[in-house]
Amino acid sequence: MADLHKLAQMLQELDDQMVACMKCGMCQAVCPVFAESLNEADVTRGKIALLENLAKEMIADAKGVQEKLNKCLLCGSCAANCPSGVKIMDIFLKARIIVNTYMGLSPVKKVILKGMLTRPGLFNALVSVAARFQGVFSKPVNDLIGSSCSQWLSPVIGDRHFLSLAKEPLHGAVPSLDSAPGASGLKVAFFPGCVVDKMFPRIGHAVLKVMAHHGVGVFMPAGQACCGIPALSSGDRESYEKLVTANARVFAKGAYDVLITPCATCTATIKEMWPKFLDGFDATTRAQVLAMSEKAMDVNQFLVDKVGVTAVDKPTGGTRVTVHDPCHLAKSLGVRSQPRTLLSANRDYELVEMAEADRCCGCGGSFNLAHYEVSRSIGRRKRDNIVASKADVVATGCPACMMQISDMLSQGGDRIAVRHPVEIYAETID
Amino acid sequence: MPSNALIKEFQAIVGKENVLESEADRHSYSYDSAVLDPVVPDLAVRPTSSEELGKVVRLCNENGLPVTPRGAGTNLSGGTIPSKGGIVLLTNALNKIVEINEEDLYAVVQPGVVTARFAAEVARRGLFYPPDPGSQAVSTLGGNVAENAGGLRGLKYGVTKDYVMGVDFFDVNGELVKSGSRTVKCVTGLNLSALQVASEGTLGVFNEIILKLVPPPAANKAMMALFDDVDKASATVAAIIAAKIVPCTLELLDNVTINLVEDFTKAGLPRDAQAILLIEVDGHPGQVVEEAEKVVAICKKTGATEVKAAKDEAERNKLWEARRAALPALARAKPTTVLEDATVPRSKIPAMIKAINAIARKYDLTIGTFGHAGDGNLHPTIMCDKRDKNEFHRVEEAVDEIFDVALSLKGTLSGEHGIGLAKSKWLEKETSAATIAYAKALKKAVDPKGILNPGKIIGG
Ligand SMILES: Cc1cc2nc3c(=O)[nH]c(=O)nc-3n(C[C@H](O)[C@H](O)[C@H](O)COP(=O)(O)OP(=O)(O)OC[C@H]3O[C@@H](n4cnc5c(N)ncnc54)[C@H](O)[C@@H]3O)c2cc1C
Ligand code: SF4
Ligand code: SF4
Ligand code: SF4
Repeated sequence: MADLHKLAQMLQELDDQMVACMKCGMCQAVCPVFAESLNEADVTRGKIALLENLAKEMIADAKGVQEKLNKCLLCGSCAANCPSGVKIMDIFLKARIIVNTYMGLSPVKKVILKGMLTRPGLFNALVSVAARFQGVFSKPVNDLIGSSCSQWLSPVIGDRHFLSLAKEPLHGAVPSLDSAPGASGLKVAFFPGCVVDKMFPRIGHAVLKVMAHHGVGVFMPAGQACCGIPALSSGDRESYEKLVTANARVFAKGAYDVLITPCATCTATIKEMWPKFLDGFDATTRAQVLAMSEKAMDVNQFLVDKVGVTAVDKPTGGTRVTVHDPCHLAKSLGVRSQPRTLLSANRDYELVEMAEADRCCGCGGSFNLAHYEVSRSIGRRKRDNIVASKADVVATGCPACMMQISDMLSQGGDRIAVRHPVEIYAETID
Repeated sequence: MPSNALIKEFQAIVGKENVLESEADRHSYSYDSAVLDPVVPDLAVRPTSSEELGKVVRLCNENGLPVTPRGAGTNLSGGTIPSKGGIVLLTNALNKIVEINEEDLYAVVQPGVVTARFAAEVARRGLFYPPDPGSQAVSTLGGNVAENAGGLRGLKYGVTKDYVMGVDFFDVNGELVKSGSRTVKCVTGLNLSALQVASEGTLGVFNEIILKLVPPPAANKAMMALFDDVDKASATVAAIIAAKIVPCTLELLDNVTINLVEDFTKAGLPRDAQAILLIEVDGHPGQVVEEAEKVVAICKKTGATEVKAAKDEAERNKLWEARRAALPALARAKPTTVLEDATVPRSKIPAMIKAINAIARKYDLTIGTFGHAGDGNLHPTIMCDKRDKNEFHRVEEAVDEIFDVALSLKGTLSGEHGIGLAKSKWLEKETSAATIAYAKALKKAVDPKGILNPGKIIGG
């Protein structure tokens, strides 16, 4: 491992942010990964200490530090609770860029990130081939959740109960859209995000239905790319910049008041991370990126705060629904009440709270792939809380959480449906 | 570094996954919450049962390897920094609540149980475990006992030592020493559990702790009083206690802290106030109402510029906000936060605060002081940047001077944060040469090879 000195120098860029960590250790109380392993190197305080020591050239094993750094859900639970207000997510993402660029990406990640995500056309084509064949390879195990486990693929994906790719992605059914504002006088740009596009197009359709109902104009350009978080969290800045640029270009072609997404992770990335990683862009792109970022809003929040959806007065109830607060919605964006309001706008549902509603579900994007066992035991705790609430449905505003929770419920053999609040609200509209 | 053969022996006891030997893992056990230089251990070992714990201690002694027990690593005095190398002994997998006895009002716990989890479990059974250090969301009960941790409720309910009924611990040979009992009264043998309290892991490694529980108060009421003079706040504290009222909390924030809290929360605290007292009384509902009225009257009489009493839980929460925000506000002001712990008899609080302010001016530092006015335990908090060598040198001088003043006011070096590495050089000044000699003789007798957290408290 050649030039540790150079790596150390690059990390010193983070010194001003890292020194704010007073090593109080309070992050141990909230970190889901630490709760499983009880290892200090897995919690924020430990990770920051390791980065500091690497920057001071006190540690020689950069690879060891890289492993610890990447063993993190980027859930932001620690940042939301840090008494010292340390900019933990900035530190982690920047450090991943520095360390992972220096050490290199793992070969699998390289193929996915560089080869597929950054080329939306190729990615879409591959995914649709996979969607067509997966029915052959996998047998349905839980029709209510719609997951299936594949013996064929198990060497690659273990025994996850993964959701089928949709037969037709959202962009297949609705390649693009540009409708004028109606009664509401509002116009939104719609960024479905890739999980909604490819796994849960039904959420995308629900959003479009709801917008039409409220007379909200929709601009949904073709050629959208991923929001870039998988690349950024792998420290692959180059791919990240390609993806963000692609989005900036297509969205610059329309005018809109608010940019909505039904994916908490996308919203948090666009709102919080995009403005922080601008260095590689030219002035025009930078302005386009900032414009999108400023206007980005979670779809639940938009419907409640802007459109004015309210709870019904006399719910009839019948279906018990519980809410999981995605980290990127509750902790990053402070959106907690709006998904609940949206659910209470459907008179057929009765809201029941689960314990630890805002505890991480353990998905964390590629964390799930690299540390499946840890991810699974964090997810089991979520599953147990959902089951204990005796709900019929669990609703959550992030499709990545929906995947993880579906996997956990499906493995538990629980007959509890997993849905996005917008889908439940959309049921009230004929 | 321990030999491969020795590492294998540790692995044979606790399993391979519980011996952490990678460089990254070892570095993550080189520090705690004290602002001190890290020291990297040779190994970190995590026993998962009593039996394993005893065997690990014994193996260390046989090999003359230092053992530093570590709970959550939140102590503020370097107690878990393995300054002489050796192993860091992780207690956080020994996290079982063995028994909560609702009839006889005690609980038996393993040392790695997290304080807040225990308190919540006790509360679920309708009982109360009062010690509430600010770190309780993560601190372990073993760490609490080893530091004799205090908290906000110290004045009325006492500190950790007041709840320790017994400690079973391993001696250096890995033999289990039993002390104390599950009974309120017990005079069987020397009071060895008292010896373990505040021992910082230098005299034995705790295996199980018996803790006293009490019935919870039925009601409480919070009040906040503002003062334009610290003397008046202090006179108020004295008057409340003279009126035979013992509040469960009596917290003070000084002017520097008030301003930083206001910068941070924008809650509308008056920036010119010299002191805020946060007072809470608890007990029977009738008594609470009566005492609260008296407290409000006393505050007015002793010259509070404003007194607020919370009418409900929401208002209580709002009053507490200023106190809760104190550490976050101070911590955000500058990169490094040096949290001190000098404690004086409660009548000496105004003198102490004046001296601290003079020291801050003398060394050109920002020091915010908050703390437990009821028991004289103040936390002068120095905000600085440890990377600025010149400034940090002044910080060290200021800390020395704060200790001097505290001792001259007949106070103590540390109310609750412990001695560890940080304050051991000061110990003789507060006590006497004979005290240190006695402690060293005791240590030598029970730990001839000096393997139990060497270098802490009494140095060496
Ligand atoms: C933000 C913050 C707020 C704080 N607030 C308070 C407060 O209000 N009041 C207060 O008193 N303290 C406070 N502290 C200090 C600290 O949290 C306490 O001293 C606490 O008791 C330490 O617990 P721990 O589990 O972290 O112990 P550690 O720091 O891990 O260990 C402390 C000592 O205990 C020894 N030890 C641990 N386990 C064992 C065992 N099984 N056998 C023998 N020895 C053992 C260790 O060797 C060490 O010497 C605060 C700290 C922070 C960071
Ligand atoms: S809570 Fe914040 S300041 Fe405290 S150790 Fe964790 S990251 Fe550092
Ligand atoms: S982001 Fe989440 S997983 Fe990562 S250190 Fe913070 S709390 Fe732990
Ligand atoms: S955050 Fe996840 S779901 Fe949303 S666009 Fe990015 S990768 Fe896709």
